[in-house]
Amino acid sequence: MQERVKARAIELLESGVRVLGWKAGEFFYDVTPAVFTSREEIEKEFVFGPFCGANMSKYLIAESRKEGRVGVFLKPCDTYSFQQLQKEHRIWRENVYAVGVQCEGMCDIEAIRSAGIKGILGVDGDGSTLTVHTLYGDKTIARKDALAERCACCKSKKMLGCDELLGEQGEELDSARFDQVEKLEAMTPDERFAFWRKELSRCIRCNACRNVCPACSCEKCVFDNPNSGVENKAAANSFEENLFHIIRAFHVAGRCTDCGECSRVCPQHIPLHLLNRKFIKDINELYGGYQAGADMETRPPLTNFQMDDPEPSVVHERGSEQ
Amino acid sequence: MQKIGVFVCWCGSNIAATVDVQAVSDALAKEPGVVFSTNYQYMCSQAGQDMIQEKIKEYGLNGVVVCSCSPRMHEATFRKTCEKAGLNAYMVEIANIREQCSWIHKDKETGTEKAIILGRAAIAKVHLNAPLTAGTSPVIKRALVIGGGIAGIQTALDIAEAGFPVDIVEKKPTIGGKMTQIDKTFPTLDCAACILTPKMVDAAQNENINIISYAEVESVKGFVGNFHVTIRKKARFVDESKCTGCGLCTEKCPQKKVPNEFNLGLDNRRAIYIPFAQAVPKVAAIDPNYCTMLKTGKCGVCSKVCTAGAIDYTQKDELLEREYGAIVAATGFEPISMEKFDEFAYSQSPDVVTSLEFERLMNAAGPTGGTLLRPSDGTHPHTLVFVQCVGSRCDGGEKGKPYCSKICCMYTAKHAMLTREKYPDTDVYVFYIDVRTPGKNFDEFYRRAVEDYGVHYVKGMVGKVVPENGKLKVQASDLLGGQQLHIDADMVVLAAAIEPDQTARPLATMLTASMDTNDFFTEAHPKLRPVESPTAGVFLSGVCQGPKDIPETVAQAGAAAAKVIGLLAKDQLTCNPCVANSNELMCNGCSACEKVCPYGAITYIDKDFRGPNRTTLRRRVAQVNPAVCQGCGACTVACPSGAMDLKGFSNAQIMAEVDAICK
Amino acid sequence: MQVAQEFKPTIVAFCCNWCSYAGADLSGTNRLQYPANVKIIRIPCSCRLNPMFILRAFQRGADGVILCGCHPGDCHYTTGNYYARRRMTLLFSMLDYLGIERERTRVEWVSAAEGAKFAATMNEFVETVTRLGENKRLEDLRCKSE
Repeated sequence: MQERVKARAIELLESGVRVLGWKAGEFFYDVTPAVFTSREEIEKEFVFGPFCGANMSKYLIAESRKEGRVGVFLKPCDTYSFQQLQKEHRIWRENVYAVGVQCEGMCDIEAIRSAGIKGILGVDGDGSTLTVHTLYGDKTIARKDALAERCACCKSKKMLGCDELLGEQGEELDSARFDQVEKLEAMTPDERFAFWRKELSRCIRCNACRNVCPACSCEKCVFDNPNSGVENKAAANSFEENLFHIIRAFHVAGRCTDCGECSRVCPQHIPLHLLNRKFIKDINELYGGYQAGADMETRPPLTNFQMDDPEPSVVHERGSEQ
Repeated sequence: MQKIGVFVCWCGSNIAATVDVQAVSDALAKEPGVVFSTNYQYMCSQAGQDMIQEKIKEYGLNGVVVCSCSPRMHEATFRKTCEKAGLNAYMVEIANIREQCSWIHKDKETGTEKAIILGRAAIAKVHLNAPLTAGTSPVIKRALVIGGGIAGIQTALDIAEAGFPVDIVEKKPTIGGKMTQIDKTFPTLDCAACILTPKMVDAAQNENINIISYAEVESVKGFVGNFHVTIRKKARFVDESKCTGCGLCTEKCPQKKVPNEFNLGLDNRRAIYIPFAQAVPKVAAIDPNYCTMLKTGKCGVCSKVCTAGAIDYTQKDELLEREYGAIVAATGFEPISMEKFDEFAYSQSPDVVTSLEFERLMNAAGPTGGTLLRPSDGTHPHTLVFVQCVGSRCDGGEKGKPYCSKICCMYTAKHAMLTREKYPDTDVYVFYIDVRTPGKNFDEFYRRAVEDYGVHYVKGMVGKVVPENGKLKVQASDLLGGQQLHIDADMVVLAAAIEPDQTARPLATMLTASMDTNDFFTEAHPKLRPVESPTAGVFLSGVCQGPKDIPETVAQAGAAAAKVIGLLAKDQLTCNPCVANSNELMCNGCSACEKVCPYGAITYIDKDFRGPNRTTLRRRVAQVNPAVCQGCGACTVACPSGAMDLKGFSNAQIMAEVDAICK
Repeated sequence: MQVAQEFKPTIVAFCCNWCSYAGADLSGTNRLQYPANVKIIRIPCSCRLNPMFILRAFQRGADGVILCGCHPGDCHYTTGNYYARRRMTLLFSMLDYLGIERERTRVEWVSAAEGAKFAATMNEFVETVTRLGENKRLEDLRCKSE
């Protein structure tokens, strides 16, 4: 697939579009999004491999407004964000040429390390088995053991709204993505509070989660707006980042496609996706199944209602059953 | 530099009794930005208002906080006061230290402490207030009256007399309402039809009045001065413009077994019918539930006999789109169902009737031609028992209504009196809890029933009515005599409580007018604005606002008309300036706000913005039409970036209030 | 001297101008008592309540926050309370998920005619929050400090 994607990138470039794709970083697992404007750049730096987790759709907000067209490679989950952003009128679709790339799941370097593989120099391969190059020679690992959490519970292999597809069109999957949320829900409030306090108190407020999030694409973020009442640069001491994350999660509720980028980029490994998934799960349970970005028409749940929606007291009642 | 003046009102002793007003004005004087703080006995009095104006000028105040009664009471007053002194009306905030403080707290220390906090919140808010200027919107000079009973007719006539066009929407095939079914009216005993039908004809003939009968309001959009209403005109299967009302079809129709609602089912009508002889419009209607032609496609008698060719079996419901400046609700009432009161044997014996049915039995146009006969066997009744308060004044139970239906005492006295007058051989008993007759000539009327006509008034309730051998065994208690009574009655008449018409609740939802727990429309102020609903441009006429008799209904109908005329006489209305406003620099153009806006006040444009390095960036941004926006604020919360804010209730203002309260 | 001071929670009540605020006025007119801890903030509609206001209140030391609006179907602006209902449901659920006592937040529909319901609701809510004690879990959350 690496070669097919790269070859297509060159073709696109030569047809006169800029190419938005993945560029090798300092480390092999540190792949970053980049816009390519020359054949040399692509040949030298363009990659598509097991660490190309970055969701390209957000960058289209800026790129699609520039002169000329931009070609972009989107994994199935990225296409949900792509559509969601179009639904919010953020991407100028006519300036975008979207190529869907089928994906077998992206890897997490920590997962490979925790499988006991040391001195890793690189990871290669399509299919279910990956080759890990190490200081001590090549080793193999099953892809499923190397996957990032979000890919292990992939919600869909369907590529939406693309101009062309590389690889087979996929299907929506039955995923176990809410298992963790359920586990938390089953805890007592004290346990939950302890869990989140432990997780969120690690936050250094680097804003990586916000900056990478395709839903967090406001022209001016409320956290940067002195008039919003929540702007603050200085970090307080204890559980202080919690409010930032509640507000952020609420702002993206009903718009978050569950791409999982927030957790991927968090340098403190805070499972931020568990906040978003809680909203998604609640929305599904209370207002009927809704997947942000799955289509262009359905009204987002927070700008919609039914006359017989449950009362907010369901939250209290649901709790009392435990 | 903020220069805020604080004015603490005593409201006589209403506030001063439980709030130390001096302490409040002293404490608030220390708040940042406050340059003047005082207290006064009646801030809303002329002297109080003069003082506010004087201090605005003296200190050059650019913000005013009045700690007084609810803003719902005097916000407008103080805004006007300040405006006269040259301060923008929206630089005024009210701290509600009466309804939400002095009146609910007994302890002076507590009350004072809370009043200070409420004052602080208002000061914090006023710091962030900005002068607002109200725009204007045009008034559509046409009124809609919903309901064509005596209330609706009177309102429409009065509006039309003032020269404004009015539409009456009536759900029945004719206007007239409940009054058409009443025989005589108290306390004068003049015939209801004789005084009502001329008014119906007046309405029909008035060129400013357009009667839309057999129709219901389907939806209401818009706001005061600019309502957009969809009216469903039900198919009557008769062309109104052709039907002459000759009534031939109603005599020839072979379907004779349709319960006649005009006589409350006491006799039958045909499937094609004119509700009663004086109906307006006098046009036949086909009842689709009974018409053989409509149900089976076989019959067509009416079509054959109609010389005007008015019958049209293919007629469909028609949706009319109309625009109005004002809407009057005059939906009236229904007697409650007697289902839950079977101790009175209503379902067991046809000789147990409600008072409205009794009206029909006494009426010359009724099923018995005006002769009082028992519905069961057509014989003349000798003993009649009237039961008062059936379903009225029922405390707490699910069975009845907690309120007094107001009209029953008087109409029962009327019934008793008329019965005794026409049939001196009858014995008439009235069982009551209290007899309530406050009205002009009402008590005299009741006393005539007792003293001149010999009606037996018994204080006490009827416990049970048992039909037995053609008689109705009535068990009752006589509280004054301290004994149980057993009466063998021929007829029992139940003074059923009245309740708002079933259509009132959905209508209130469409009008966004509020209702009380009994489904009566709420007035804007129970004493001072009794014919206006809290929703601007919606007025109330008749029993839909609360039980009333005919003279009261007519008076209120006229009052509602006066309010409508006052509104329609204006060419422009001042809009609420507290509307949403989008900050273009922050707007994402995501359309979330547009989706939640109930008024369609938000549109989007593509706009060029200056970017870095002399570039231009084209962005889609929201724009709010301030004449259409009503200021609910739904968009402000839907907006993810916080670009949308609400003037007068901005994010910063509300947060400042939160901070002041939680400090 | 160690006198345990009676805990008096700070309660912020956001009230819709058209119904609950008038309901609160009515409860005043009828002299129905409820504790002074309840401070009302007037908003034009329940849909004006931004979840940020609730978080802000908690962060600033509120122990309970209640939203009162028109009964569903009776919104002065037709649909505002339906949106408010969804927003609050999801917010409360999230607060619960974070382990914050769910009894500190509440939504109650109170019409302009329900003065008695307003007073009863406030009495009950104050009692509930008093029982929970001081709000510790949310008060030190991040929010702007001047």
